[in-house]
Amino acid sequence: MGDLTRLTAAETAAAVASGETSAVEVARAHLDRIAAVDDRVHAFLHVDADGALAAAAAVDDARAAGRALSPLAGVPLALKDVLTQTGVPTTCGSRILEGWRPPYDATVTARLKAAGVVILGKTNMDEFAMGSSTEHSAYGPTHNPWDLDRIPGGSGGGSAAAVAAFEAPLAIGTDTGGSIRQPAAVTGTVGVKPTYGGVSRYGLVALASSLDQAGPCSRTVLDAALLHAVIGGHDPMDSTSLDVPVPDVVAAARRADVRGLRIGVVRELGGEGYQAGVRQRFDEAVELLTGLGAEVVEVSAPHFPYALAAYYLILPSECSSNLAKFDGVRFGLRVGEDVGDPSIEQVMGRTRAAGFGAEATRRIMLGTYALSAGYYDAYYGQAQKVRTLIQRDFAAAFEQADVLISPTAPTTAFRLGEKLDDPLAMYLNDVATIPANLAGTPGMSLPVGLAPEDGLPVGMQIMAPAMADDRLYNVGAALEAALLDTWGRPILEGAPAL
Amino acid sequence: MSTRTNDAVLPYDEVVARFDPVLGLEVHVELGTATKMFCGCPTEFGAPPNTQVCPVCLGLPGSLPAVNEVAVESAIRIGLALNCSIAEWCRFARKNYFYPDMPKNFQTSQYDEPIAFDGWLDVDVETDEGMRTFRVGIERAHMEEDTGKTSHQGGATGRIHGADYSLVDYNRAGIPLIEIVTKPVEGTGKYAPQVAKAYVASLREILRGLGVSDVKMEQGSLRCDANVSLRPSPDAPLGTRTETKNVNSLRSIERAVRYEMTRQAAILDAGGRVTQETRHWHEDTGITTSGREKSDAEDYRYFPEPDLVPIAPSREWVERLRASLPENPHVHRARLQAGWGISDFDMASVVNAGAVEVVEATIAAGADQAAARKWWLGELLRIANERGAELEDLPITPVEVARVEALVADGALNDKLARQVIEGVLAGEGDPDQVVAARGLAVVSDDGPLLAAIDDALGAQPDVAEKIRGGKVAAAGAIVGAVMKATRGQADAARVRELLLERLGVSDQA
Repeated sequence: MGDLTRLTAAETAAAVASGETSAVEVARAHLDRIAAVDDRVHAFLHVDADGALAAAAAVDDARAAGRALSPLAGVPLALKDVLTQTGVPTTCGSRILEGWRPPYDATVTARLKAAGVVILGKTNMDEFAMGSSTEHSAYGPTHNPWDLDRIPGGSGGGSAAAVAAFEAPLAIGTDTGGSIRQPAAVTGTVGVKPTYGGVSRYGLVALASSLDQAGPCSRTVLDAALLHAVIGGHDPMDSTSLDVPVPDVVAAARRADVRGLRIGVVRELGGEGYQAGVRQRFDEAVELLTGLGAEVVEVSAPHFPYALAAYYLILPSECSSNLAKFDGVRFGLRVGEDVGDPSIEQVMGRTRAAGFGAEATRRIMLGTYALSAGYYDAYYGQAQKVRTLIQRDFAAAFEQADVLISPTAPTTAFRLGEKLDDPLAMYLNDVATIPANLAGTPGMSLPVGLAPEDGLPVGMQIMAPAMADDRLYNVGAALEAALLDTWGRPILEGAPAL
Repeated sequence: MSTRTNDAVLPYDEVVARFDPVLGLEVHVELGTATKMFCGCPTEFGAPPNTQVCPVCLGLPGSLPAVNEVAVESAIRIGLALNCSIAEWCRFARKNYFYPDMPKNFQTSQYDEPIAFDGWLDVDVETDEGMRTFRVGIERAHMEEDTGKTSHQGGATGRIHGADYSLVDYNRAGIPLIEIVTKPVEGTGKYAPQVAKAYVASLREILRGLGVSDVKMEQGSLRCDANVSLRPSPDAPLGTRTETKNVNSLRSIERAVRYEMTRQAAILDAGGRVTQETRHWHEDTGITTSGREKSDAEDYRYFPEPDLVPIAPSREWVERLRASLPENPHVHRARLQAGWGISDFDMASVVNAGAVEVVEATIAAGADQAAARKWWLGELLRIANERGAELEDLPITPVEVARVEALVADGALNDKLARQVIEGVLAGEGDPDQVVAARGLAVVSDDGPLLAAIDDALGAQPDVAEKIRGGKVAAAGAIVGAVMKATRGQADAARVRELLLERLGVSDQA
């Protein structure tokens, strides 16, 4: 076989299942690729070569023993470092968890293992998933494979970059306000935030419990669907997990037929503030969808402009409480217990001061303030009302359209350091992705071309009603096929060699 | 632990003559569910530290809670038994504060949406005018999780300040708790301490009847915080309250409330102001000492727990639970009292001693009601008070007490020997029959040795013998006493007396 790292997940699984290659060979090829490029990309915080090879060998043994293989058996995957994996370091991109090896598997991790997916290692991220550039990782930024001087998006920049750099055909990301979709957009990959409750959060170290959702990162829509099918479904360990069947996302990705579908362009997510090349590629994709037989309509979501403000009250509030457990008492970093004769409060304070970076500290303080007596109603309470209005906007829009579309991010990848000192500019990257988190609805980003002015990938976001994730895959796969026809090759084949 | 204090107190009569007390009682009940509130860990008491833990109750990163349905059911049943309304929809909330024995640094509790609210409980208290029923309003009963347990090692006080290091046991973390909060309890006047005690005693009886908790105060499965405030008159606004913690027995509740009333009254009397604070009750010295100051401004930053979905008990479920509630203890007690044929006063004594169940069980084991009450409210209550324990926590069962009484009724034991048997059972020497055998405590029923002892006693006290012969039968007591002493109490005093009078040829006309 040729370069095993260039195969899609579906192709890899087929090759392993047929015996054309072995899972161990596939794992080795990816570990070699990581060794070759990751010093420049820095997608991984931890590579678990031994664990990966052992998992691959187990798949090969199962095949040799004639046991049935699951659809992704033997396919390598990069796991965002916010999900626990027994015995493997899990840092969440933070100093405060340095050295912590969880004693348990996240449900997502357990399902991947059960499906014979080969976990290569843990990917870089903004600290506790707070950021849109991966620059807030305590372990240094990840670099965009399209241009190493640019950001790979965030918080899941490591997962997206690993997939874009052919270090893994699949990755798991988590999306609280766009952390799967925005990195996908700026790296030319596919990323899906499933319906809230569609994938278990058990073992996903919480940023904002009511917004977080794990989902697939890949190079093709079908690959994302295959991964979605493995990790999705009810989990009694997560009370917010939905006890309903996972929509048949794989069948939808194979259907790829938008004829007669009503596709709504969200008026409030576009226009001013969006880069010209982003708008151009988005408009072209809309035309393509029309050409495929979809009925494109414009819809309005009048409260979406308030989403960002509401999000930056709800998220910090939940995060200030979720991150309280990082205190140096039971796990992770402990600082200053030998300095003077400190009280437990002092050790907690020193540990948190040393362990959390600037963005985490900023959001903890914002959230602590927003939840304070006398401010709660004005901030958290008001933000929850906005959240309800946004849910109603979605409900109204889905009366007029089967799916909604917008650019995923306002711009292509910006330069490392460009927005690091301007949190508000950084936050604006997620302006189009945040509404779906507030509403709990699913969203996908897929590449729709390169912006003419900078040659960098542009992503389109598709949004669907809750538990209609299959619509994302149907529309995404149809558009992907049409774009492939136009381009003549997958977009990532046009990325500069590393 | 030093509990010295210079707090002045006002005599109680003066306190109640000049001030009107208002109580607020917060009771935490550990539910007796097999597993914890939000995870599958066992809840058994007394396991080695940190052996009943998992990622969830340790609050490890990534873990999530899942509600224990049995705990919700228990909470609803408690609410119903306390005549509360049951919420049609309620949520958990996070109570945020940092403390090392709280794994997540927030407690998953309920805030403005408790599962049960607005109920009442009637309690009976013996007053100067006879038995009186006080209705205690129930503000709410809500679900929450317990914290771990910190023990401070080294240092002089056993408290966190000055300790060398602290150990935390998370076995208790996540055990389901129900917090039951009363409305302000007004109009009790001088009976406030008794009402407080009677409330907790009744509550405990109800909870035991429901089978939702073992309600053992000394093991902490029922914990009471007593809020006390004073005001010049029932029309005056509420005074500043203190919250007394560490009140670990029924008796302590009464004493602690009474002490706080006298302490606060002395402050007010001197023109001072009561500090709003947490106070610690000290069983040994019978006083409270200042804990941390607590202001209303303490900010727990409550917000709805986003990791749990709301609880919406169906009306059918609630009605099913209501229909299956056990007999109300108030009704149950009335039935028992009628059956035993005892006065209101006697029944109140049983209730206030927390002895309803043990007396009932002792009677069920064959003792008559008078004897059962005599043992539990006499000798055993005295011992329990000495030990600062509850009756039911004494290491003797109603069946054993009934057996002791049976031995007395058969004449195998007299009262004095019976007390020794009880002492032996409590000391772990075995059941009553084993103690009798091991200690050789049987009543001497053979007349031979008794007659010998009588002769010895008569010989030693010839003047007394003369008096008896002369018809002063009352003097026989001295000889009987001497015989009892000589036989180390193992004789049946009545038989000794009989033999003595026979020996002296005197008939018993006294």
